[in-house]
Formats: sequence, structure tokens, C-alpha cells
Amino acid sequence: MSLLEIDLVVPRDAFDVVARLEVPSGRALALVGPNGSGKSTVLGAIAGLVAATGTLRLDGRDLAGLPAESRGIGLVFQDLLLFPHLSVRDNVAFPARVRGSARAAARAAADPWLDRFDLRDLADRHPGALSGGQAQRVALARALASQPAVLVLDEPMTSLDVEIRDEVRADLARDIRAFDGPTIVVSHDVADAALADEVAVLERGRIVQRGTLAQLAAAPATPWVRRFTR
Amino acid sequence: MPASARRRTRRPGPVVTILAALGLALLVLPLLGLLLRAPWGELPRLLASTEVLQALGLSLLTASLSTLASLVLGIPLAVLLAHSVAWSVVPRRLLRAVITIPMVLPPVVGGIALLLLLGRRGVLGQWLAEVGVTLPFTTGAVVIAQTFVAMPFLVFAVEGALRSADRRSELAAASLGASRAQVFRLVTLPLVAPGIGAGAVLCFTRALGEFGATITFAGSFPGVTRTLPIASYLAMNSDPDTAIALALLLLAVSLAVLLALRDRWLPGVVR
Repeated sequence: MSLLEIDLVVPRDAFDVVARLEVPSGRALALVGPNGSGKSTVLGAIAGLVAATGTLRLDGRDLAGLPAESRGIGLVFQDLLLFPHLSVRDNVAFPARVRGSARAAARAAADPWLDRFDLRDLADRHPGALSGGQAQRVALARALASQPAVLVLDEPMTSLDVEIRDEVRADLARDIRAFDGPTIVVSHDVADAALADEVAVLERGRIVQRGTLAQLAAAPATPWVRRFTR
Repeated sequence: MPASARRRTRRPGPVVTILAALGLALLVLPLLGLLLRAPWGELPRLLASTEVLQALGLSLLTASLSTLASLVLGIPLAVLLAHSVAWSVVPRRLLRAVITIPMVLPPVVGGIALLLLLGRRGVLGQWLAEVGVTLPFTTGAVVIAQTFVAMPFLVFAVEGALRSADRRSELAAASLGASRAQVFRLVTLPLVAPGIGAGAVLCFTRALGEFGATITFAGSFPGVTRTLPIASYLAMNSDPDTAIALALLLLAVSLAVLLALRDRWLPGVVR
């Protein structure tokens, strides 16, 4: 049973973003809040893509001093950021490739992920030829193929058409349950927050409330939380 | 184009049409004249002459070397230029202006400037002369002159590619475990490769056609500095048929480049 302990501060012009959170493995935390509250900044700081001070402990080991590539944080970006010059197969094979596998071996390592996310038939396509839902599956497969200790999803539904969100969300709920490390989902949508076991609300760079969705709805700490849970 | 926009574009009037036709004629007729006047029957013999082969070989060699030099020096310069968006206004614009200068400067001026810098009595040239290095009027001088004139084309092509490639793809690669070197090799380079290719081809053609800076800084010694354009110009006085043959050779290379670039690298330009 591992534990992710986040204690990070990101200095910014308008306000510092302060994140103190713990997420046990096998559990999912939703980080929600209004636009511009600093949610994506927190994710960037966790992934090592945004400079921050403080500590980021996983099982007591501090990751904060490590560069992004050594942290083992699987990040699915809001706009996915699939590599446009690589096929679906090579996108998913990328983590194995950078761990030192030859091209063929990396592709073989990608196969189970392609199967699991039902991407076999799309394996030779390039990201430009995928639907939103397909691209999202590739991004998730690619992130999980890096065998991350922590899974982080930034606004996982915003790149998708509204009609397919419920379906994709149901798949995502299943994938999050299957992941045995800590998961963090950033969203401004209460339906995404329902993917998580617990919700933390960020407003102007501060965590203003934590709890289950039901607890937040029962006793909202701010007007935004009240609107969010309504 | 949406239908409404097309309807609003009025058919050009007679004045515009006539001037446009004249403009087109100015661009096309000289080349047509070259083709009509070409001594086609004599061509194989003319092209096989020592003079022509020497100039062709020298041109291909120097243009390749200056393209190589432009790649080695120009790609880092493009990276710097792409990064300069984060600088303050004055140094940012200064850098861009300095790189643009050789593109707008008459090449002869570039040649004179190179001579004043690297000539035997030049600012740097004196020092080089002391250690026994003389650049002017050597094949090396041809390469320097061509690089001076042609490298900016490569720099701007690569800079454009760097800017349009989503830098955040590099962040995604890092989060998937890629080291800096792997990010560059597996993500950045493939994303900007088309820009590098286009830049290299533009650079090569510009170097191949270089005349003014070359003749000023490197002179015209057969086999050493007499490249195709210079040989063609000089032959015009004594042996017009050879001059035309040389000109056709340059035209053929340029057209080949245009065709090669058509789909891959300059879709917006050619289509």
C-alpha cells in the first residue's frame, strides 16, 4: 500500500498555488475548481513540468528533486498531445522505446496495451486520423504503458464530443479502478469528479474543501462548491 | 473558400489583366527564349567540355558544403531565434534583423564585406595570414560566400518548423520517461525534419546560384572558384553557346528542386 503525499508551492504572479494532498494507492482524487484556480499548475508541478518548491513523496521517497522523465508520473494531457508523426502503435510503444527497447521490441511491448484499449485495428493510423474517443484511448494506453507509479488525468473529457462523454467516462472509471497506484483527476465537471473516491476543491491556489461529493454537497464551503455540487 | 467570399471577389478588369499578362510574360519569356535559342544539337558536346564539367563539379561541391555548413550552424541559430520570443524586444528584433540582412543585401556588398573581414589585410584576415591561412580566392572562400548568402533561408525555414511544432509534445515525451537527448531525437527532430529539409533545399539552390558575393570574395579561377553562374557569365562574351548550355544546366537543377519540393515541403507555395 503506497501513499502519494503532495506538499508543493508554485509561485505565480497573481497568487501562489499551494497544494497539500495525500492520495493512497488504488484510490482516486478529483481536483476540481473554477478556471484559473491553478489546477493544471498543480498537475504540472506533480509531473515535474512546472517549477515548484516543496516535497512530493511516494512511499516516503521525495520525487520533487527529480526531472519529469524520472518521476514515474503517467500524465494524460488535456489535449492528449499524441505524437503527430508516430502511428498509434508507435505512440503506445514510445515509453518502451525510451526505456531502451529496440523498435521491434517496443512495438511488441505495446501490443497488450493496444489489445486492452481496443486499438489493434487503429494501430497503423496516425493521430490526425482518429476520433476524439479513439485518441483519448491512445493517450491513456500510452500513459499506462510507461508503467507509472501515479496516474494523472487533466480534464479527461474536454477533448471529447458531448455525446460520447458518458460512454468514455464509464470506460475511464473501469481503467482507474484497474490501476493500482494513486490517481488524480483534474476537472471542472462534477460528472468527472464522480470518477474519484474523494474530491479536493482548489480556488485561487488554495485547497478550500476536501471530502466525498456527498459531503461537499451537504456542506459546501464556498459558493463555487455549492454551484458545483448542485 | 466559402461561396460568399468567392462571389465577392470581382473578376479583374482589363487594366489589371493586361498588366498581369505583361508581368507573367516578363517572368516566362526570358526562360522561353533560353530554351528556343539553346543549341540543342551541340548540347552533349558542350556539356561534356572540361570547362563545363569543372564548373559543374565545383558548383555541386561548394553548394553541398555550404548547405552542410548552414545545417551545422543554422539549426542552432534557428533554435536560438525560436527561443528569442522570450527575450525583450530590442535584442529579439536585433537578432532577427541581423539574420535577415544577407537576404536583402546585394550579394556584391556581402562579398566586399567578407573581403574586408577575411582578406589578407582584413580585420581577421591579417591574423589568419600570420598563421598561414589565406581565404580569399580559394574554394573555401566560395563556400563562405555561399553560406553567408544562403544560410538565412535555412534558418527561417527551420525556425518556422520549430515554432509550429507543438513544444508541449516535448513535455509529453518527458513525462513518458524520455531524456532530453531522446526527446530531441525521437520527437523534436522528426517534427522539424520537414522544415530542415525544405530549408536545406532552398539553401542549396540559393548557394548554387550565388554570383555576386562569390566573384567579389573568391574571384573566378577555373576549377577553384569558377562556379556555374560565373562560368556562364564569363562565357557569354567569348562563347555564347557554352554560356547557354551552362545556363540550361542551372535552370534544370532549379526546376528539379522545384519539382522535388512540390508536395513534400512547400504545399502552400506551389499548389
